[in-house]
Amino acid sequence: MTLLIQTLIQGISLGSIYALIALGYTMVYGIAKMLNFAHGDVIMVGAYTIYSTILLAHFPGWLGVISAVVFCGVLGVVIEFLAYKPLRGAPSLNVLITAIGVSYLLQNMALLLFGGNQKSMLPDSFDFPDVKIGNTGITVTGEVIFTITLTVVLMVALTLFINKTKMGKAMRAVSEDKDAARLMGINVNRTISVTFAIGSILAAFASLCYGMSYAYIKPTTGSMPGIKAFTAAVFGGIGSIPGAMLGGFVIGILEKLSSAYISTQFTDAIVFGVLIVMLVVRPTGLLGKKIREKV
Amino acid sequence: MSDRKTVMSVNGTEMFSPPSNILIPTRDEGKKPVLDVRGLGIDFGGLRAVDEFTITVSPTEISGLIGPNGAGKTTVFNLLTNVYKPTRGAILLDGHPTAGKSVAQVNRMGIARTFQNIRLFDQMTVLDNVRVGMSNNTRCNFAESFLRLPGYFKAEKRSRERALELLSIFNMESEAYTLAGNLPYGAQRRLEIIRALATEPKVLLLDEPAAGMNPSETHALMESIRQIRDQFGIAIVLIEHDMNLVMGVCEGIAVLNFGKVIAKGTPDQIKNNEAVIEAYLGRQEKKEA
Amino acid sequence: MKKFLSKINRRDALTLLVLVGIFAFFFIMLQTGAASHQFKNMIIPMTYYILLAISLNLMVGVLGELSLGHAGFMSVGAYTGCFLSVMLVEHFPDLPMFVYLPVAMLCGGLMAALFGVIIGIPALRVKGDYLAIVTLAFCEIIKTVIINLDFLGGAIGFDTDKIVPDRNKALTLLPYAAFAVIVSAILIMNLVRSKHGRAIMAVRDNRIAAEACGINVNFYKVAVFGIAAFFAGVAGVLYGHNDVLLKSSTFDFNMSIEILIMVVLGGMGSNMLGSVIAAVVMTALPEILRDFSDYRMLIYSVMLIVIMLFTSAPALAGIRERLSLNFIKDAVTKRIAAAKAKKANKTKEEQK
Repeated sequence: MTLLIQTLIQGISLGSIYALIALGYTMVYGIAKMLNFAHGDVIMVGAYTIYSTILLAHFPGWLGVISAVVFCGVLGVVIEFLAYKPLRGAPSLNVLITAIGVSYLLQNMALLLFGGNQKSMLPDSFDFPDVKIGNTGITVTGEVIFTITLTVVLMVALTLFINKTKMGKAMRAVSEDKDAARLMGINVNRTISVTFAIGSILAAFASLCYGMSYAYIKPTTGSMPGIKAFTAAVFGGIGSIPGAMLGGFVIGILEKLSSAYISTQFTDAIVFGVLIVMLVVRPTGLLGKKIREKV
Repeated sequence: MSDRKTVMSVNGTEMFSPPSNILIPTRDEGKKPVLDVRGLGIDFGGLRAVDEFTITVSPTEISGLIGPNGAGKTTVFNLLTNVYKPTRGAILLDGHPTAGKSVAQVNRMGIARTFQNIRLFDQMTVLDNVRVGMSNNTRCNFAESFLRLPGYFKAEKRSRERALELLSIFNMESEAYTLAGNLPYGAQRRLEIIRALATEPKVLLLDEPAAGMNPSETHALMESIRQIRDQFGIAIVLIEHDMNLVMGVCEGIAVLNFGKVIAKGTPDQIKNNEAVIEAYLGRQEKKEA
Repeated sequence: MKKFLSKINRRDALTLLVLVGIFAFFFIMLQTGAASHQFKNMIIPMTYYILLAISLNLMVGVLGELSLGHAGFMSVGAYTGCFLSVMLVEHFPDLPMFVYLPVAMLCGGLMAALFGVIIGIPALRVKGDYLAIVTLAFCEIIKTVIINLDFLGGAIGFDTDKIVPDRNKALTLLPYAAFAVIVSAILIMNLVRSKHGRAIMAVRDNRIAAEACGINVNFYKVAVFGIAAFFAGVAGVLYGHNDVLLKSSTFDFNMSIEILIMVVLGGMGSNMLGSVIAAVVMTALPEILRDFSDYRMLIYSVMLIVIMLFTSAPALAGIRERLSLNFIKDAVTKRIAAAKAKKANKTKEEQK
């Protein structure tokens, strides 16, 4: 029982990271109708930004986080402007390949700047104290509490932003119908830029949580969490914001449960297997909209 | 066939052969209808998009399906081709029920159609579009295709010749090697009809064949529709808003409004039918006492 | 000869000619010893990447379904074929290569095709980006399962060095590789130019209309999954025989993506020539850029982005038109079309 609860808590923590990344995938997909394959690598960039400001330049921790958030946000907008905007209207597969090119570019820049060896991302001072829950024998690490709290705060903020602000309304409008939104006087280009910025900022926070849980980073760090988060977004129904949150948590919990109870080696296979079954049963994901093809 | 003979049971209710609803052209007298649709209906959510749709079409009849926008005409075509699964009712093609068949199987049974919003294979040539229609009538298995055995060349030659022959009905053989997506609008509509004919149907469903055509093109289309009927000996059901075409070419007409058939008959009967005039022009103020 | 050429599509003939030319060039380079060590190591990879690109083009360009699992099919073929070869070499040491290598290729291909069909059936339910994820997930599952199979070497890898003991592997393998690729290319192109190929392209262009034409869409989708997987499997067998150690972690989605890049850059669709050329160039590119040492992958990624922007940005369509030889192509197509139309009219008149 203790193990189960502990595994679930770990799963929620991992799921939070996936959910934060998945939100970036799903928002960009919803609005720009493209798979931003480079999104996973934005996490890596965020991680290296935190690493350089705190460990290399010896700035205080909060400045590291802020610089990662700012840098990733700007990076997201720049990538969109240089690589994706010129391709608006091109076949989606070509945009996907460009995104893959951006992903390679980010990884190789990091490789040149920091080398291929893995680095410890955060100083020891970033450790939070563990929390013991009564005498149940359950210990929750400070990192887990921090990750879950941060994720919940960000999700609430995002939901409020999407539903209550003018920009949020514009984003929903653009994701429904780009042309109609443009005719209503919405600046589509700016809306897309903001979407990329928000997605990348969430990725920067995800990189902080990732660094706290896994400690080590290297240029390919973003790749696997990126793919997993992408699966989470698809699982929840790509384009759907609650879907991405839900998908992230489901994938995270599933991963921790299967590695605790079934097999660590087969964890990935089990997660992907569940994903396939899920998509075959519900081809548009958990909360994805069913599109009726008009004949 | 007696009028009250039990034909089949659908959803537990016995279906009876109804009296023929549309005038059978004299040349088809005594022949069984090729298309026999009974009590067809479909609900989208709570909306009865089509209800109690019953018509019969005799083997070489040209019939029209008309009605205001949103009346459910295209939905009827989608039901006839099993794109939508009917909630109620049954479709008999040459006496065989089409229930439970896939769209492709219904086509192979003998119903071919065109689409209101043209659906061609844009990246393929005009000739290949027609040959896709002939797929099920071209005998050439995978081994013959992979290895170019003699059967392949025979099938290719036959299908090319037949496709060019079909194209010549609409004088399109000179466009055979153009990409279908590059054709002008009117030609695309004609190509869709040819492609549908290539599947060797018994019933051809045309969804607004004259849409976007100018009067002279429409006139030529009328001639072509009659020619197709005579040459192929098939039944044609068409949805059309161009009343000149409908009244000029159709032998029987059914009028649909809010998913229900409000009138059936010859063009002359339909022209003077009050319910039809009302559906199109709105209710006239009745003098009230 | 002219009659023969008119029977097979001109573009396919050109593709075959290019393929034969490439292999002849490789062979001469190897025979004369003119090939540098670096070039020698590229030759067999180029051949199997050609095959991978053509088969993925069948899937993505002809059927129009995005697959990110091609490396998975490749690994199934590689492991099946190499396992078989190792067994045969161990038990029948005198068995010549021209017996066991083709057998291994065929069996590897068939096993991959089986997996293709198994994956293709559930994949029928999903489409577009969702299909890409399902195929990617299958690829990852295959990878994870193979790592945990001890008889296939597990995490250490499967030793395939003893299959081809020759030191000059490239020269030994090239005839088989060239034969396999040319035969596969012919088979695939034959399929595309047949009734079945037209049906597959019809599914790509308009699924609903294809169904309305009586085409069994599901059958063709699964069939293409199987066929494309078969050839990916054959390529995998080549990969395994050329390598000394099979590690399932190499067959990850990055490899699938590499193949996809070739297909997209080569221009998707019924013409396979683009895939062939892109496969050769993209395999050679990282090696050619090796002189830039640390910067080579950086340059590769920048080139990839720039090429994509240049070839597909809608704003640059005008420049592309001016730079490319499209106007020549258009003129030629027009002339061919006119000639064909004239012929068609003539036959029609004769019939009358």
